[in-house]
Amino acid sequence: MNAFPVSAAFALSLAAYFAGAVTSLASWGKPSMARNICCGAAFAGGAMGGLAAVLGIFRGTPVHWSVRSGIPLFAYSFSYDALSGFFNLILAILTIAVSIYSLGYLEEFEGRRNIGIFGFLFHLLLLSLTIVFTAANAFLFLIGWEVMALASYGLVAFYHEQRESRQAGLLYLIMAHADVGCLLLGFALLIQGSGSAEFASFHTAAAHLSSGRQSAAFVLFFLGFGIKAGVIPFHIWLPAAHPVAPSNMSALLSGIVIKTGIYGMTRIFLDSLGGVPSWAGLAVLIVGVVSAVLGVLYALMEHDLKRLLAYHSIENIGIILMGLGAALIFRVAGHPLLAGVALIAAMFHTLNHAIFKCLLFLGAGSVLHSTGTRNMEEMGGLIRPMPVTAFCFLIGAVAISGLPPLNGFVSEWLTYQSLLAGFGATGGLTRILFPLAGSMLALTGALAAACFVKAFAITFLALPRGAEASQAHEAPRSMLVGMGSLTIACVALGLGVTWFLPVFNAMTEQLLGQRVVPNLVTGSGFVLSAGTPHGGTVSTAIIAVGLLVLALPAALLVSRATKQFGRKRGPVWDCGLPGLSEENEYTATGFSKALRMIFYVLYKPRREIQAVFDVSPYFPKEIRFESEIEPTFEKWLYAPLQEFIFRVSSRMRTIQAGSIHAYLAYIFVTLVLLLLFGVRR
Amino acid sequence: MTEVLTNSGLQLVLVLMVAPLLSGMIKTLKARLQTRRGPGILQSYRDIFKLLRKGMVIPETASWIFSATPYVVFGTATLVGLMIPMTTTHAPFSLFGGVLAVVYLLALGRFFLALGGLDTGSSFGGLGSSREMTISAIAEPAMMLAIFTVALGANSTNLSEMAKVAVGQSWRFLAPSQMLAFAALFIVLIAETGRIPVDNPATHLELTMIHEAMVLEYSGPYLALIEWGASIKQLVLMTLLVNTFFPFGLSSNWTAQTVGVGLVFYLAKLLMLACMIVLVETTNAKLRLFRVPELLMVAFILGALALISTFLF
Repeated sequence: MNAFPVSAAFALSLAAYFAGAVTSLASWGKPSMARNICCGAAFAGGAMGGLAAVLGIFRGTPVHWSVRSGIPLFAYSFSYDALSGFFNLILAILTIAVSIYSLGYLEEFEGRRNIGIFGFLFHLLLLSLTIVFTAANAFLFLIGWEVMALASYGLVAFYHEQRESRQAGLLYLIMAHADVGCLLLGFALLIQGSGSAEFASFHTAAAHLSSGRQSAAFVLFFLGFGIKAGVIPFHIWLPAAHPVAPSNMSALLSGIVIKTGIYGMTRIFLDSLGGVPSWAGLAVLIVGVVSAVLGVLYALMEHDLKRLLAYHSIENIGIILMGLGAALIFRVAGHPLLAGVALIAAMFHTLNHAIFKCLLFLGAGSVLHSTGTRNMEEMGGLIRPMPVTAFCFLIGAVAISGLPPLNGFVSEWLTYQSLLAGFGATGGLTRILFPLAGSMLALTGALAAACFVKAFAITFLALPRGAEASQAHEAPRSMLVGMGSLTIACVALGLGVTWFLPVFNAMTEQLLGQRVVPNLVTGSGFVLSAGTPHGGTVSTAIIAVGLLVLALPAALLVSRATKQFGRKRGPVWDCGLPGLSEENEYTATGFSKALRMIFYVLYKPRREIQAVFDVSPYFPKEIRFESEIEPTFEKWLYAPLQEFIFRVSSRMRTIQAGSIHAYLAYIFVTLVLLLLFGVRR
Repeated sequence: MTEVLTNSGLQLVLVLMVAPLLSGMIKTLKARLQTRRGPGILQSYRDIFKLLRKGMVIPETASWIFSATPYVVFGTATLVGLMIPMTTTHAPFSLFGGVLAVVYLLALGRFFLALGGLDTGSSFGGLGSSREMTISAIAEPAMMLAIFTVALGANSTNLSEMAKVAVGQSWRFLAPSQMLAFAALFIVLIAETGRIPVDNPATHLELTMIHEAMVLEYSGPYLALIEWGASIKQLVLMTLLVNTFFPFGLSSNWTAQTVGVGLVFYLAKLLMLACMIVLVETTNAKLRLFRVPELLMVAFILGALALISTFLF
């Protein structure tokens, strides 16, 4: 197929984002126009990007564009292959949904916030993401990466009058630069080997790297991309930064920006680096397990709706890494077919998580929009004023808990299957690790279900717990359409997975030299198989139909009984004391109490109760309750690190006395040293 | 095609009819062991029939989630019943979902049941939901480890395939890995079906109840569906245990004769497992809630040992 359609659509999407950034900024003083331009351009760019992605994925062979620049090692080179296409597809889906949603969401910004600046940052983020996913030159990639970090910073700190936002933004900026530093060093190792910064040249150069350098490169890239993806223990910025951004941007940050880390790992480990050390896959797998389990355990303790969702991003990155780690292990062990299944599991979960996490953040945004609070303890009963939002959030919650027949289940199922296959495909102690990782995935899934029972029920069910919740209203129509489109995507990807899988054909062929998807589909296209002859099979479509068919006679039975014997509304059992109120309801904190006590070693919960008595200790007039868990990583890892950095910098201050002569001397000494270094080479 | 349809229809009837019978059998056996007369083995049928002929009271605070829950619980349990081999190794729906789908479909039912409990706004519902989700979360890894041990032996997560492999080596349950996996799954069975020492199905005391607290506000036909669904879930989990570890009487042919013989063996095996459960229920006191994780940790360690011993032997 001609490369022109891909190139044209791709160029148009870049142009739309660029124009969106400029015109948003230009319509600074006209909020309503800025809003329309911002959302319209994003929609157009997303649609074009999606078209380019679909064309690029099914084209089979990669498309390259390259424009030389005068600067050594740097060139404007882009490459649009199956992997780029896939991540651009995710970006396009989210962009379209978010742009529709934002049309309504940004309305409340008018007159209060600068929509021009917002639109500029939003489009800058989309532009840089597109560049990151298509750059074929290390420096172009890093420029895109850096712009992405800065645009994200602007969005995280958008509510800059709030101290919380500013602090989160600063933390984000620091971590983003730690990660770019690691990437720079990693690329330096590769560039040194190949003499060029083009990704294509790394492939051959990496094969000649000594094992020590290969390991060093792996560690640097894993650190760099891991920080961006928010894997534990580098996650601390994520639950701080994502919740404070405007909700439509939280959706993008959690949906796609952290996935750049996954993209980078896949690109470098499976494509550019050629072979990774044999322990690398194991490291990725173990980090994945730790992130998944700890991510969900921390999520359970949150009652800030958006922070809870942010912690779930860490969990899902962990699940993706389990698949990716398994793929790396299988590739090194010489099982391209299994590696393909594991890679598809990881990539499909990346897509799925992007969709349902975006959906959930948009849902949380509607709730925040309507009630003005992120604290779940003040919500409740929102399913009545906000039925559509509640339904969309419920679908997202079922999907993220990995429950059939939705998309989260399918990718987790594939992850299970590849982990189980690992037992037969590897030897030694690694064998045992696979099923153990599988059982930890089971724990993660079950805890995620518990967490989303809490998140959905405390927010949307029973009686309102606060004044804001009782006066809530449904979100504007455009917001509902944005959420609805993602809801449909969750269901469609779940039920129609076997028709979607061919998207991965080109990717596995390119990265692993094998088409895997034909092995994954059996039973005249309805049934997903694990890829082995007698392995597991599942059909989400049949499960969905089966559930409907079996519920139908039950519904008939109930409706007949109802007609004959009646059905009425009555008060809830209140133990004989009249007047059940919202104070009797279970709270989010109460719901997770049992798990807090079971995992007290991890949480080290602290609580404080102060009661004011009048006459008898049995009838307190007032109770103040305070409870918190120990932020383990912040306390034991980052606080000492921060102290160390402050100590070193205060020492360094002595050489910066403010004397211009001293500074000139420093410059001179540096110059001499550099010259000496140059001469020696 | 006709064979598939007959098989599905037959198994559907079996699932729907045997599940309440099994619950009744356990109740009666338990009563006899405690030298009581007990309600008779047909009591669960009578309960369901009675509830289906009553009016309903829906809590004022409840939303449509409350009304959708009974269908989800009943639907998932019944669907799972079609995925699991009962009288022969041919489970009608085994192609459409293996052991992972079974576990996750049951989790879907539980997810909605917990939502239904919280939907009423009553403290009891919240209490039950919180406990149910907690206990099932810590039971899950143990369950999966034990299941993986069996699945890895059969090289498949497809239940019919697993049963076929088991039939090929009927005495495999004597292997240490199988015995350990059985022990782990037995503990999980107790936890998942809400039996003593984890939960007491006969209690209505708020300090001890889990499942009963969640469904406290349900009445009439909805309650019938939930109770029926719960008994089907119990049947499914017990079937999983008896047919994967003790494949006696299972045939890989599907004819009228093998189904008949299989049914007799199947019921006998269920009866034996029911006796085990009754014995455990009668000889143990209910554990304090925060001792339950320790029990489930034991199950997890048994599962891990089972896995390691497949590696060794």
